[in-house]
Amino acid sequence: MGRLFQKFVFVDEPGEGGTSSRYRRMWRNTVFAVAAVCIIPLLLITTINYYLYQQSFQKEITQPIQRITAITKRSLESFLEERIAAAKYVASRERPEDLFDSEKLAGIFSRMRQSFGGIVDIGVLDSEGIMQTYVGPYDLYGKNYQDQDWFTKSLVRDVYVSDVFLGHRKIPHFIIAIKRDGAKGKPLIFRATVDIEGMVRQIQVVGLKRYSDAVLINRDGLLQTPSRLCGQDLVPFSGEVPPYSEGPELFEDVKIKDSTFFMGSAYIENSPFIFIILVNKKSLMAGWLAYQGEMLSILIASVLAILLLIMRITNRWVMRIREADLRREATLHNVEHTNRMASIGRLAAGVAHEINNPLAIINEKAGLINDILEYSGDSPQREKLLKQTDTIIRSVNRCSDITHRLLGFARHMDVKHEPVGLDALIRDVLGFLEKEASYRDIQVEMKVTESLHTIHSDKGQLQQLFLNLINNAFDAMKKGGHLLIIIENATPNSVSITIRDDGSGIPKEDIEKIFEPFFTTKKTKGTGLGLSITYGIVQKLHGTISVESELGVGTSFIVTLPVNRP
Amino acid sequence: MEEDLKVLIVDDEDDLVSTLVERLEIRGVDATGVCSGTQAIQLVENNGFDVVVLDVKLKGEDGVEIMKQIKEIQPELPVILLTGHLSPEASEEGFKAGAIDYLLKPINLNDLMTKMREAIAVFKKK
Repeated sequence: MGRLFQKFVFVDEPGEGGTSSRYRRMWRNTVFAVAAVCIIPLLLITTINYYLYQQSFQKEITQPIQRITAITKRSLESFLEERIAAAKYVASRERPEDLFDSEKLAGIFSRMRQSFGGIVDIGVLDSEGIMQTYVGPYDLYGKNYQDQDWFTKSLVRDVYVSDVFLGHRKIPHFIIAIKRDGAKGKPLIFRATVDIEGMVRQIQVVGLKRYSDAVLINRDGLLQTPSRLCGQDLVPFSGEVPPYSEGPELFEDVKIKDSTFFMGSAYIENSPFIFIILVNKKSLMAGWLAYQGEMLSILIASVLAILLLIMRITNRWVMRIREADLRREATLHNVEHTNRMASIGRLAAGVAHEINNPLAIINEKAGLINDILEYSGDSPQREKLLKQTDTIIRSVNRCSDITHRLLGFARHMDVKHEPVGLDALIRDVLGFLEKEASYRDIQVEMKVTESLHTIHSDKGQLQQLFLNLINNAFDAMKKGGHLLIIIENATPNSVSITIRDDGSGIPKEDIEKIFEPFFTTKKTKGTGLGLSITYGIVQKLHGTISVESELGVGTSFIVTLPVNRP
Repeated sequence: MEEDLKVLIVDDEDDLVSTLVERLEIRGVDATGVCSGTQAIQLVENNGFDVVVLDVKLKGEDGVEIMKQIKEIQPELPVILLTGHLSPEASEEGFKAGAIDYLLKPINLNDLMTKMREAIAVFKKK
């Protein structure tokens, strides 16, 4: 889990402190910037797309509603028009006395019923509102309609279509009333009653689905036909009465009884009716909601995928940058170290060279004194003087030893390349030290891996390298010590040589300094150049050297050398 | 005693040259010492030296260059180079220019004697 997390999120290396948090910041800023560049346009496009699609989806839904509203308006209008035209025709073409003749009116009624459905009865009223002639299923002859609203209104209009009402018969119907002049200039009213069933059938051709409703209301908002949502006819419509408009209208977001509807409305001409169609928005938009859900999941998945990808890639890049930085730092450190060594070396060489000449003179002068003493026979102070000159010559030799080492440290040598068998070479080196080993009872053990690589390197330099290391190991060990040399193939292209002594070990605080020139723990014996020369040789031969040490347990130097020069 | 040896010592250190000459003379060597390459070249022409011991680093002069000039005059004369240290570049150049051997400073006189005798022996064989 932790490793998976670290694949995506940059985590500081423990102990790297300040510099590492810089990489963490780099990772965070890059992730933010790239994520912003990638995700903001995606969100924008998705939002725009969302609104465009919503609009087109809504249009697709609302267009049929508008169409149905328009068609229904037309068919209702023509339904009414036909009946009004028929009523007008009858009222205007027949003579008044014929209209008052029940038999003739029955003939007209029969013809009208044949041609137009929905006409329940017809009758003729005089100006006092008394039903003078009536043909139909009810007994309405002689009934007085003077107080009825429709009668009052029909006296002032040539053609009048009433609201739906129950009337004497207690069945919902409406009236088409035509005014014409009767005898003695008094108006008479030709009345046709229309059953609303015909109208209901007209509006139900709409093919209503479960989630919709279609009704007629009058201008006061009373239901004229039964409603699925609002109840039976002649109760108030639950929604608001739409404002007047000649053509069909569409209203979105109409709230009726806690649901939201698309509402199509149309005022039916020459009548008090308004056609209303209601379609439940939620059911219609179910497809849209599903699409919305899908789109949201795709969007979230894409954003997540983009984020993870950015995090992973950025993580890898920042890790690479950190690695490169570390490598560069190490290289700089090395270069610095090499430069320091080189400048110390140059200084040392200069000093050594300058000292060599006076040393040579001291040497010769002491030698001359020796010679004189030797050849001049007995002198009272001869022995004493010879002792002094011997000391001088020994000291000169010590000095020259130091100067030659210094010069050896400083000199630049071209590295030769020849096949070298490391086991044989180290055995040769051990040969130099055989006497010392036997004298100090030091046991030397050598472990060589089978089929050891032959490396291509500089024999002379390698000899010096191992001589220095083995010498150091000898110096660190007491009498009866044990030296282990392991030679093995480290990789297909490198060989590693471990030189492990069971000597005094190196204190932790000194380990970092041991390769520096003039650093020594041998007090009087060492020049402090052995290991820095060793280090220089290893560098020249493109190898590596490391040291592991524990106080009182011993020290291991591990040298790795390439099989071929890189 | 080495009466048969006639040696020219060339080094810019006056003290070193004189002491060395004296010590060689004690050993019966006919040694002449000079402090510059020019002097050495002049002497080489007229004196039949058996061997020249020449410092590689002379003040204002290049020892190897001096040796080349000596070799032009007396190709048969063996030259042993004296060096402050074993610098392979210098010694390689020296060997290429005809030096027969080299010796590190400070000088071990016994080594010098041996090398001189060897050098003469090699040249005599030729």
